[in-house]
Amino acid sequence: MVGHGMTGMLGEDGIHVDMNHLKKGEVNLGTSIMAINFQGGVILGADSRTTTGAYIANRVTDKLTQVHDTIWCCRSGSAADTQAVADIVSYHLNMYSIVNNEAPSTQVAAALFQELCYENKDMLSAGIIIAGYDPKHGGQVYSIPLGGSLHKQPYSIGGSGSTYIYGYCDTHWRENMTEQEGIDFVRGALSEAIKWDGSSGGVIRLVVLTSQGAQRHLYLPDTGYTGPGVTN
Amino acid sequence: MTGFDFSNYNRNAALHAKGVPLPKATSTGTTIVGCIYDNGVVIAADTRATSGPIVADKNCEKLHYIAPKIWCAGAGTAADTEFTTALISSNIELHALSTGRPPRVITCMTMLKQHLFRYQGHIGAYLVVAGVDPTGIGLFTVHAHGSTDKLPYVTMGSGSLAAMSVFESMWKPNLDRDGAVALCAEAIKAGIFNDLGSGSNVDVCVIEKDKPTQLLRNYIKPNERGEKERNYRFPRGTTAYLNQKIISKEDMRKYVSVEEASGDPNLMEVDM
Repeated sequence: MVGHGMTGMLGEDGIHVDMNHLKKGEVNLGTSIMAINFQGGVILGADSRTTTGAYIANRVTDKLTQVHDTIWCCRSGSAADTQAVADIVSYHLNMYSIVNNEAPSTQVAAALFQELCYENKDMLSAGIIIAGYDPKHGGQVYSIPLGGSLHKQPYSIGGSGSTYIYGYCDTHWRENMTEQEGIDFVRGALSEAIKWDGSSGGVIRLVVLTSQGAQRHLYLPDTGYTGPGVTN
Repeated sequence: MTGFDFSNYNRNAALHAKGVPLPKATSTGTTIVGCIYDNGVVIAADTRATSGPIVADKNCEKLHYIAPKIWCAGAGTAADTEFTTALISSNIELHALSTGRPPRVITCMTMLKQHLFRYQGHIGAYLVVAGVDPTGIGLFTVHAHGSTDKLPYVTMGSGSLAAMSVFESMWKPNLDRDGAVALCAEAIKAGIFNDLGSGSNVDVCVIEKDKPTQLLRNYIKPNERGEKERNYRFPRGTTAYLNQKIISKEDMRKYVSVEEASGDPNLMEVDM
């Protein structure tokens, strides 16, 4: 690992080493993730596959991570990097809510993510989608791609599997869907992403964020992702 | 300035590019596993340590103590697993003393992941963390880059594929203690027999609620060295000789001084 055994790492002077292509062989989230706005809030969705090279290190991963009561994120890229970033943001949001005695807005959370992803862009491989519900702004979806830019979007897709569902999402997306329509949209899109992307797979996990709080959904492949399948 | 000094890294990479082989660390081509059950958690490991193609130790310990009811199985670079677990064990002890509470598995896992993430994978420690604390039963994997997973059964190391195939075909929910121990031992045996990097014996550690932790060292020894059926000793007189000459002690006294050895004359003197 870490480039040992490779020979093509020397610079032109034959002495200095290119330190940029270190850090390989780590755990990756070759992923399909997405988050959408709907009438009552937001829905986050993700597959559950974690890989180390060709090996599936975890087939039931939870890529939907809570950073505050109703602010969650979808993680893609390096597992270690995105976990570290989410842990740091989680800590800051926790402190924020204690100091200000009110829950942080989704924008604050997204700005924290952006700060970390932009300032450390050379060291990170993290593509993160942030989605949250706060009473003032309702549901919001932000995405932070590799360079560390921040985009507020009606819906966002990410990870290696997302390339296969740009068409699906573009034709099926509607503003102001109901909760059930939203769930069906995310589930339909992710099952297509899983079908076509080899690095995505396993179960589909959803989180629905509304004024009522967070609610988890699970869809298993043995029922064609129509619901929780046979669980024993 | 604390931490690692990377100045030799550039030199080594430069030498390597010119054809000099890089120094090799002792790595534990390993099988380690963990599995939770009704009332606790079991972790297990093989006992082979390798240095390249050489078996460096046939019966090493890969189960590391963190706290009385938190233990760690280590794969990857032997020195790194040894020192990281020792460091976190020390910090966990101080933490327990300062809070006056038993340490938690999640605390241990977080300390490990933050330590390993800081070193960006240069510390080659791949760990299975398991234990019981007031919040319940915990089982995690921690990779060298700092990512963690939480699962009911886990495997790591070069033998993880063989071991996982055992779990995926034989694991069922609501195992009891003996079922979990047997399953973990079976998974390690799959690693020992099917993975070149793993071998020798099975070590098991059982951490149960309201019971002292049991370290079952060499729980199974499927590779005992058999008694040799033949040897290369030859009976006296095997070699023929043409003549013999006996020089008595009296004759020798003419040329050198001869002294009787004290004590048992059969004992040889040992050099210090």
